[in-house]
Amino acid sequence: MRAPSSDLPIKFQNVTLRARGVVILDAIYASFRAGKPSVLIGPNGAGKSTLLRAAMGLVAPDDGRITWGGRENAPPDRRAIMFQRPVMLRRSAAGNLRFALAAAGIARTRHEERVHQLLALVGLQGLGDRPARRMSGGEQQRLALARALAREPEILFLDEPAASLDPAATKALEDTIRQVARSGVTVILSTHDLAQARRIGGEIIFMNRGRIVETGDADAFFIHPETDAARRFIAGELLT
Amino acid sequence: MFKHSRFAALAVGALMLATPAAAQDKSIVVSSTTSTVDSGLFNHILPLFKAKTGIEVKVLSQGTGQALDTGRRGDADVVFVHAKSAEEKFLSEGFATKRYPVMYNDFVIVGPKSDPAAIKGKKDVGDALKTLMSKQATFISRGDKSGTHSAELNLWKAVGVDIDKDKGAWYKSIGQGMGAALNTAAADNAYVLSDRGTWLNFKNKDNLQVVVEGDKRLFNQYGVMLVNPAKHPHVKKELGQQFIDWLVSAEGQKAIAGYKINGEQLFYPNASDASA
Amino acid sequence: MNSGQSALTLVLTADPALIAIVKLSLTVSLAAVAVAAVIGIPFGALIALTRFPGRSGVIVVLNAMMGLPPVVVGLAVYLLLSRSGPLGNLGILFTPQAMIVAQAVLVTPIIAALTRQTIEDLWSEYREEFAAMDVGPVRRVLTLISDAKFSLVTALLAGFGRAAAEVGAIIIVGGNIEGFTRTMTTAIALETSKGDLPLAVGLGMVLMTIVVIVNSLAFAARRAGEMRAGS
Repeated sequence: MRAPSSDLPIKFQNVTLRARGVVILDAIYASFRAGKPSVLIGPNGAGKSTLLRAAMGLVAPDDGRITWGGRENAPPDRRAIMFQRPVMLRRSAAGNLRFALAAAGIARTRHEERVHQLLALVGLQGLGDRPARRMSGGEQQRLALARALAREPEILFLDEPAASLDPAATKALEDTIRQVARSGVTVILSTHDLAQARRIGGEIIFMNRGRIVETGDADAFFIHPETDAARRFIAGELLT
Repeated sequence: MFKHSRFAALAVGALMLATPAAAQDKSIVVSSTTSTVDSGLFNHILPLFKAKTGIEVKVLSQGTGQALDTGRRGDADVVFVHAKSAEEKFLSEGFATKRYPVMYNDFVIVGPKSDPAAIKGKKDVGDALKTLMSKQATFISRGDKSGTHSAELNLWKAVGVDIDKDKGAWYKSIGQGMGAALNTAAADNAYVLSDRGTWLNFKNKDNLQVVVEGDKRLFNQYGVMLVNPAKHPHVKKELGQQFIDWLVSAEGQKAIAGYKINGEQLFYPNASDASA
Repeated sequence: MNSGQSALTLVLTADPALIAIVKLSLTVSLAAVAVAAVIGIPFGALIALTRFPGRSGVIVVLNAMMGLPPVVVGLAVYLLLSRSGPLGNLGILFTPQAMIVAQAVLVTPIIAALTRQTIEDLWSEYREEFAAMDVGPVRRVLTLISDAKFSLVTALLAGFGRAAAEVGAIIIVGGNIEGFTRTMTTAIALETSKGDLPLAVGLGMVLMTIVVIVNSLAFAARRAGEMRAGS
């Protein structure tokens, strides 16, 4: 059932995407490789979420092409995404995980064991029977992460994973993300929270107005941004 | 229907709980008129017939025109109606091979107790109708091609009135059954032609009373026919014929004569009168 | 004894004829809703989840058919099931089966239209997650129906209310035969025509009570289910 070949690297070649005539992604060239996390930063409307969706394979480019491990139109067998506002199905936390396991084609005999592991991984052990939609925002966000991991992905996309969480919940989630990244999953995350970008580390991809403006290693980027736009963004100025 | 038929209700209820398949095997559909059903006649005679033969009779209560059409379409085994000319047409079209006269009852003109047209006690129905027209007293017509409706039209014709042409706002055609016509008359302070059975069994008499009765022209003959199996092969001819034979037998005729409301007989058996 | 009292007496003494009528009313209407659900829910879901030319037209027609006049449906089913009609060989005119058919025709558009709306709303909520989880088409449909089940109960209740309340269709195809095809509504029509208005009103109250009881049970079931599933 599992795809034998790797989806990495993911390559964007001259990818342009429009929605109702507005350019969302503008001639993007990018390459995501196995290894360190990649963090997309930039102001709202920069195109971060759309880039993640395109990399997941949920939206097709209007121009240019995207390849996964050299293949076009690769099914998302080894990719998973957690949306900024995850939607839980109307069933228990464990039920949501079982659903994702079944959709990923994982053998039914392994479900209970995996549900147990995943709940423990995100710190929700013992809460499997709770109705998912009645859980708190932080718990739902962690459950969404567990649901994405149920697919046993090689690549995990996280779209503003902590955008609506308080500091404690944010820290718990980030701890889990770092743990996942260490376990060998390639994490690609978007955020407009610079402190979070620093904490996650890895490669920074700075976007503005549908373009990739600058990329670089996290340490170098925050100390010596090369472009004026990046410098101003880090300084907290509004970009136009 | 519940009140004077505890026995029938019990029998039917028990039957519903019992084997419906077996019950269906020994049952016939009779399309009949609102007057026979609403008057309660069937509730009185059918249990007697069933006790003797085990045949369940399912009665459709329709206007005579509709009841004959139901027979024409093959949706009933037996038709039991009261409009001789329409029945003879049914025969001539080949939908039945024989008509059996069964009984008669009579029509009455019912009107408000205040009797604004002052026709109470008239012995000549033609005179009464002409008076209604000349005084523009509100009159409710069934207007539904039922036996009662065609009897009403025949009465107008007999007194030389072309009701289609001469009717005015006083003449209201409602296109509904006898009960609805009586309800309307009660509400409108109007006159209406009714069969006596439905009238006697009618609960909402309100301010209504019988104003004209007893004229020979008000007699109302009922006939019964088996739907022709040559036209509709699925017709249950043995069971249907058994029902007809019982109706015209001495026993059936006695059962019909025995149906009374408040001591008043509603239907007069006359199966032996070949000219009826 | 006046008729108002007699209606009450019928209820209090569990009159067998009345019980049979209530039983038949419930059997016919519930069976019609079951048939309509089996057809209407998948059909509504199908329209919700597919895009094809003329789809908006189908939706408009479906919504309009929620208001089908019972008499027209009764007449159409009558002509269909009559011995002289195309399905005359079935021989089910003037039987409870014919009444189920007629009411199912009335109720199916209601259930299909409400299902379409419910499933489409849920689909817009779930669609991205389904795409992200690469959920196959069959699992999508089953999941949407399953997660919409409490809203669909409301659709079924709307259908049941319609079926239990109508008289125009069943009186034509059932014939209002005493002890065989007489239901609450046709009995009310008959008692009205016989001028026994208090008894008709009494029967009407029995009918309304039954409808309220059915709705209460469904409401309680929905509540309990929602607490568990967390809608």
